[in-house]
Amino acid sequence: MFSFCTDPSTLEGFQWISCYLTTGKHMSMYWAVGTVLLLLAITAPTALAFGFAGASAARSQVAPLRWIGKTYIAVVRGIPDIAFFLFFVIALDQGFEYIRHKIKCPDWEEPVRQGNDFIVCTAAKLPLGNAPQWVHETYGFMLAVLTFAIVFGAFAANVLFGAMRAVPRGQLETAEAYGMSRRQTFWRVLVPQMWVYALPGLSNLWMVLIKATPLLFLLGVEDIVYWARELGGAKQPQFTEYPHDDWRMWYFAALLVFYLCFTKVSEFVMEKIMAKLTHGQATAAGEAQRRAAA
Amino acid sequence: MSCWETIADYALRSQGIGERLLPRTDFTLCQQFTLIGSGMIWNIYFGIVALCSGFFLATAVAMGKAARNPWFRKPAEWFIFLFRGSPLFIQFFFAYFVFLSLKDVSSFFNPLTSAWAGALVVLFLNTAAYSGEIFYGALQSIPKGDTEAADAYGLSGWARFRRVIWPTMLRLAWPAYTNEAIFLFHATTLVFFSGFPATQQRGDALYYATYFADKTFNPFVPYPILAGYFIILTLIVISIFGFVNNRLNRHLPQDVRKKIKVRPQIIR
Repeated sequence: MFSFCTDPSTLEGFQWISCYLTTGKHMSMYWAVGTVLLLLAITAPTALAFGFAGASAARSQVAPLRWIGKTYIAVVRGIPDIAFFLFFVIALDQGFEYIRHKIKCPDWEEPVRQGNDFIVCTAAKLPLGNAPQWVHETYGFMLAVLTFAIVFGAFAANVLFGAMRAVPRGQLETAEAYGMSRRQTFWRVLVPQMWVYALPGLSNLWMVLIKATPLLFLLGVEDIVYWARELGGAKQPQFTEYPHDDWRMWYFAALLVFYLCFTKVSEFVMEKIMAKLTHGQATAAGEAQRRAAA
Repeated sequence: MSCWETIADYALRSQGIGERLLPRTDFTLCQQFTLIGSGMIWNIYFGIVALCSGFFLATAVAMGKAARNPWFRKPAEWFIFLFRGSPLFIQFFFAYFVFLSLKDVSSFFNPLTSAWAGALVVLFLNTAAYSGEIFYGALQSIPKGDTEAADAYGLSGWARFRRVIWPTMLRLAWPAYTNEAIFLFHATTLVFFSGFPATQQRGDALYYATYFADKTFNPFVPYPILAGYFIILTLIVISIFGFVNNRLNRHLPQDVRKKIKVRPQIIR
């Protein structure tokens, strides 16, 4: 990285550290931090969409839709989340391959599940066996995102379902009195008003989502936990230019600090958003704001 | 091999008692039920011991956070922020590697590198922080009249705390604390995925469920079994805590009693 890094064995103190922290592998670790942020950036809106769909389904008038919505919300309770993460990744992977298998190889005779093996025809493999490495990595990442979205979608659905019920009944009755249809009432009155009630729950969920990102490691993505273990382990002089002892403790200390800072910043931002949203609302917090301003 | 023999072989496998080799081929449903159930011993052990010990630290932390003296308040606030603001998964990893380096300092720290002690310490501190925050919230919402009545009776110091503040705090915090207990049990599944080694394949329920899922490439059997076990465990926890809740609320009329509601909350 820097010009003085050509011969690390001669370096001391600060220079050594600055060279050490900018090696190619460390760059990959910084990229992995980017992966975490990318995961959050994709998952949060997707989970919100899943949650919105789930909550709307749960209060639908069509009974089967309502059952699906309620089951989706209810099924996540009572089971350890991590089991979900481990389960969904394999289940989704096999599900996709099974569907492709049915479409691409209709005349395949043998059963897909043979004893302990799951076998689909080569054309149905996901990703294809001859695909480049980055396709494999992206596919793994997308599976992880989908898993996160499904699990967190259920929790978001629960929050939004509660928020929809928290909107004062009078608002909906007024909308009906104006002759709005159910659909219009939903989109024009209920949805715009529910966010104030949903925000505390959603911000809590965001904090939980941040804290769930290390589970990427379990899903086989090369994330920061992977790199912290990889880079922190003791390094022998014959294999690397930067030999050191077992430093995994310090790497994980750094991760701990990273997450603590992230949480702190999020808390601060959420407080600001909440203050903005409550402005002028007919809630206790909105009333307090008005009184403070006067 | 009949199912009874399997149970005899594997029911205590997670404690190292019984058949040494895990099943390798021809996995039966009975084997999966027995081994995953055997792993539950660890989850229950971690959950119960961490809860019971964490309860006392949590009370202390809550009192600390509610104290006026900054020498008590600041450390309690930082303790809670440290454990609630970071992922439990990272805490496990960090603690494991700290314990590994402590091992070089003195052999006194040796047990901490194995799960039964090391992971327990992390879970203990973690649940103390989460419950401490719950108890703190309850302390803040103790009705003013209760403390005034205690003052009027001339109670002060320890007697005031023991007879008025603490029972009221527990009563108010109990529904939230029940949730905390449930999710602590769920969190115990992280232990063997986070550095702490499962020596001689003595792991918890999730460890064995993953073992079967990896061997059979079929997640649709072991994970639902695991889920079933955890739903039963959750129901047991709810009924025990519900019993305590009734006792804490026994002086109140039926309609003002706080009900326990299971609310979803995930990873910590």
